[in-house]
Amino acid sequence: MNKTSSRVYLAIRWAILVTVLLFIYLPLIMVIVYSFSTSKSIGGAFGDFTTGHYARFFENEALLTALKNTLIIGVVSATLATLLGTTAAIGIHYMKRKLRSAVDTASQITVVNAEIVTAMGFFLFIIFLRDTVQVPISFSFAWLIITHTVITTPYVILTVSPRLKQLNPNLLEAAMDLGAGKMRSLFTVMLPQLAGAMVSGFALAFTLSLDDFVVTSVNNLDTGVTTISTYVYDGLKRGFPNEIRALSTIIFAVVLVALVGYNVAKAKKGSKK
Amino acid sequence: MKRKAKVFRPTVFAFPYLAVTLVFVIVPLLLILVYAFRGQDGNFSLENFRLIFCGDGVNDAKDFLVRPLLKTLGIAAVSTAICLLIAYPVAYVLSSQPFRKMTVIALLFVVPMWINFMLRIFALKSILDTLGMENGYWMAVIGMVYDFFPYMLLPIYTVLANMDKSYVEASRDLGANPVRTFCKVTLPLSLPGIISGISMMFMPIFSSYAITGTMGDNHTSVIGSEIYSAFHYYEYGHGAALSFVLLIIVLFVVWLGNFLTRRSQKAPKGGKA
Repeated sequence: MNKTSSRVYLAIRWAILVTVLLFIYLPLIMVIVYSFSTSKSIGGAFGDFTTGHYARFFENEALLTALKNTLIIGVVSATLATLLGTTAAIGIHYMKRKLRSAVDTASQITVVNAEIVTAMGFFLFIIFLRDTVQVPISFSFAWLIITHTVITTPYVILTVSPRLKQLNPNLLEAAMDLGAGKMRSLFTVMLPQLAGAMVSGFALAFTLSLDDFVVTSVNNLDTGVTTISTYVYDGLKRGFPNEIRALSTIIFAVVLVALVGYNVAKAKKGSKK
Repeated sequence: MKRKAKVFRPTVFAFPYLAVTLVFVIVPLLLILVYAFRGQDGNFSLENFRLIFCGDGVNDAKDFLVRPLLKTLGIAAVSTAICLLIAYPVAYVLSSQPFRKMTVIALLFVVPMWINFMLRIFALKSILDTLGMENGYWMAVIGMVYDFFPYMLLPIYTVLANMDKSYVEASRDLGANPVRTFCKVTLPLSLPGIISGISMMFMPIFSSYAITGTMGDNHTSVIGSEIYSAFHYYEYGHGAALSFVLLIIVLFVVWLGNFLTRRSQKAPKGGKA
């Protein structure tokens, strides 16, 4: 009796997981399947097999530009955020407690604030400089990079700080006792130990930048700079261009390969130890 | 004494980040204040707030702030509650044996986080359209639940997976049935995860006009879309006043979250001592 009830319990738990996974993945899988279909609607009669959506995707200048913009903004802002966030984490780590908690609070502002308020703050920054201070300035590609850097840097700090706390402070002191200068000790002793956390921070900043919609949609005024998020948003509002199916499939494949690759590499590293 | 003098304090490393935070985070927030409290003539004025709280005689005052805010609170509460009701059982199952060791399954639930959220919304909306669902309140709710699910799941799962199982065993040994054990032990201990999951979803919904804009109808909106359109139509003062109100709400919610977390963490610790 006990055995059957525990078996039923196990079956119920499997059912919960599988049902929810199905809801999560069904839309994504349907998009992938129908990226090869002439069908007008995803989930409708399949129609004929086609690679036309892919051909049109690679000819769709606007969509390719949006993809390029997304990647450039993502890579550049994540690089800047990693530099800024890592140096900040090191500085904050050595601050006196009172100052440190003040800076920590300040760095949390954009994390906890409503995204639309942060976005509007950025927006007013340019408007104020342009209209009130009369600086010849306008919204631009560079401004989008700056805004993305500002919103992602706190996450790099959040990733690097815990690692800093784990470091053995004696190593740094030993390096200095042995005659290495402050800078040299920092670069040859501390930074190599932070490399892993910096990579995680970069990855986090990059994905957050790719996913951003609110800040970009407010701050691309008059620039015509679109990213994947704003492009797909407009596409959804005006009726879908089918090339988005091809784009989704490609991105899904890239994410899957990256994740599997990362986990295989991690498993290999683990087994070596 | 000599040792202390040698302690390395490279706080200067935080200065670039502090400068960036000052210019691009603090100044924009102050600019929201400036624009919110500035009248048409450029002097200090409360007219922006008079408009959103008392109306202008032509439009109903409630249409500016109260109704959008109530709508936002409503859709945020409903979506967050549904998401929690789905995420909690999933997290519970994932953290139980034998699923605990199947990290691949847990990973499957968070993979969508790495796919651009607008593309996920595109996939979901495509399916719902094919199923014959109309744009509107419930489609937007489904969109919110689908989009925020991993963010709700992760903190709850982390807390449940790291929970000390001996509390549950003790409760069972002392004669409590599984339901009682869950209500009196597991659920209270997982409260910090629940609070963190809710805070990852509730406030961000205020800014999620991308979802209501593509999946909702004319009656479905969040306060974020009101702010966005205010700025879009060059009503900077109006938008800034709304942003200011939202900022106050964010501060209150952050305070409430901290307060609840501290209380929920205090209870079991007090019991231990």
